[in-house]
Amino acid sequence: MNPVPDTLTALFADAAARRPDAPAVIQSDGQSVRYAELEDLSARIAAHLRGMGVQRGDRVGICMPKSINSVACVLGILRAGAAYVPVDHSGPPDRNRFIFANCATRVICADGPRAERLGPGVAPFLTFPGEATASIGAPQLSGQPRGQDAPVSAGDLSYILYTSGSTGQPKGVVHTHASALSFVLWAADLMKPTPADRFSSHASFHFDLSILDLYVPMTVGAAIVLVDESLGKDAMRLAEFIAQQQITAWYSVPSILALLAQYGRLDQYDFSALRVVNFAGEVFPVKHLRLLKQFWKHPIYYNLYGPTETNVCTYYRIPDTIPAERQEPFPIGIACENVEAIVFDENMKPVVGGEGVLYIAQSGPVMRDYWNLPEQTARAFYTDPAGRRWYCTGDVVLPDERGDWLFLGRRDRMVKRRGFRIELGEIEAGLYKHPSVHEAATVAYDGAEGVVIDAFLTPKPGEKLSVLELKQFCAKQLLSYMNPDRFIFVTELPRTSTGKVDYQSLLKQSRGPTAPAASR
Amino acid sequence: MSSDAQGIKEQLRQYIVQEFLPGEDPANVGDDLALKSSGVLDSVSTLKLVTYVEDSYGITVEPHEASTDFETIADIAALVERKKK
Repeated sequence: MNPVPDTLTALFADAAARRPDAPAVIQSDGQSVRYAELEDLSARIAAHLRGMGVQRGDRVGICMPKSINSVACVLGILRAGAAYVPVDHSGPPDRNRFIFANCATRVICADGPRAERLGPGVAPFLTFPGEATASIGAPQLSGQPRGQDAPVSAGDLSYILYTSGSTGQPKGVVHTHASALSFVLWAADLMKPTPADRFSSHASFHFDLSILDLYVPMTVGAAIVLVDESLGKDAMRLAEFIAQQQITAWYSVPSILALLAQYGRLDQYDFSALRVVNFAGEVFPVKHLRLLKQFWKHPIYYNLYGPTETNVCTYYRIPDTIPAERQEPFPIGIACENVEAIVFDENMKPVVGGEGVLYIAQSGPVMRDYWNLPEQTARAFYTDPAGRRWYCTGDVVLPDERGDWLFLGRRDRMVKRRGFRIELGEIEAGLYKHPSVHEAATVAYDGAEGVVIDAFLTPKPGEKLSVLELKQFCAKQLLSYMNPDRFIFVTELPRTSTGKVDYQSLLKQSRGPTAPAASR
Repeated sequence: MSSDAQGIKEQLRQYIVQEFLPGEDPANVGDDLALKSSGVLDSVSTLKLVTYVEDSYGITVEPHEASTDFETIADIAALVERKKK
């Protein structure tokens, strides 16, 4: 038995050495690679990147659909000693260009169509064939000799994930090999993967759920089954895929599981291979979880909680049976064994047994910082009198009678929709770019089918606004999950006595006086 | 075009505006508007619309049809016409 790896590259090298002939990555179209093949492809990508000038500590972008090639890029970038920066390849090119420029990526790994959409001027591309050809590798790599891996240590950067920022610009959450591995090894301890497992990879790589999907299987040399992005949103086809692929460990946001339960026709397929179902990112409405468990009775279910900044920091095992009368969501649970958590009240006094904001000690799985944003990083952490730094999750929690934390809500304007984190300010900043919009304010609340986002808008003098046209505008300006559900035109926005936008009044107007604000 | 087909389109248009574009004038939502790429339909609203179409016209929409035949009102109406026969 090898010693416990201290970097993601060592973790992968161990798996490849122990199980070279085992399937490593399987694409939705059926193509697959063995660990030895993935090892070889990623070694050649690493050598090629170094040839393009990538050095230890650099950042390298990834802008392409999830595929064997993109997994090989992740590993190749890490093996070149650099950190990978994955973006939503279907997102607005302006947003992606901002991200790559913000962290000064040395190279961008992209497929042909995405490289074209991004355009020149940000960084040179390592280009892979587009979807149509779907071949593994790239022409430039065929003659590429392998080289030595760059030296990598636990404190080196591993990846940067950009999340929604309240000012309208996304901010980069920086993780090291150590913080990623702290989470991965904890999750492997909990889930006890075996080499025969087949882990789903449903989340895109720019989403933090992908860290479990990619690296927990590598702890034992198990297989990763990539769920193509269009398939991943299509509950009817997805159900059949999970059964056919004999997926044993599933991980996604609750909203896709709720869609599977309602629309997946789950009674038609055999899911006996499935043994673990993990979900994270938002509250799972009990009604839908109960329905899902009627179809998938035997797996163990875990609710994993944690912002991108901390990886997963609390967990809760869902009971085997859910009483028919239960309506309230399940707790987020207790702190993971690799995490130190504390609840502070408004005066920064530790709270035991009461309500307060959850803080996570800066060690274990917690991020290093926000890329190049020292002030925002400083605001995100609280330093206690003993000099320890605690990341403020911003989530208000209350322990139940068993000591499991219940999530109560947030103290700021961040919401979770379909598991994605959204700063309402980023939507407003997008709406302000519309030439006919004078003022914009957005509110969110829990509707029957999840979080609803309403945008209140006033037009510029003499201008007229159209709902359809704004939908189309937002589809281009914003990530798809940020597109408001409703556009409401008003002559002026309500203001508080201090002149600020009165969001409480807008919320009442949206949903009636009894509706709570959106929770996650 | 049969009057039946026109009726289906009108009914779909009314439903789409009411559910996904509240406040819009239905006259602005054309038969050939690309519902998905314009942001009107996402994965969740597509499934809602599939369920509505199944319930309203007594047909079963196959998984692949929800991806390929739900791009425009004209597409959906054609699918309904085909399935009802």
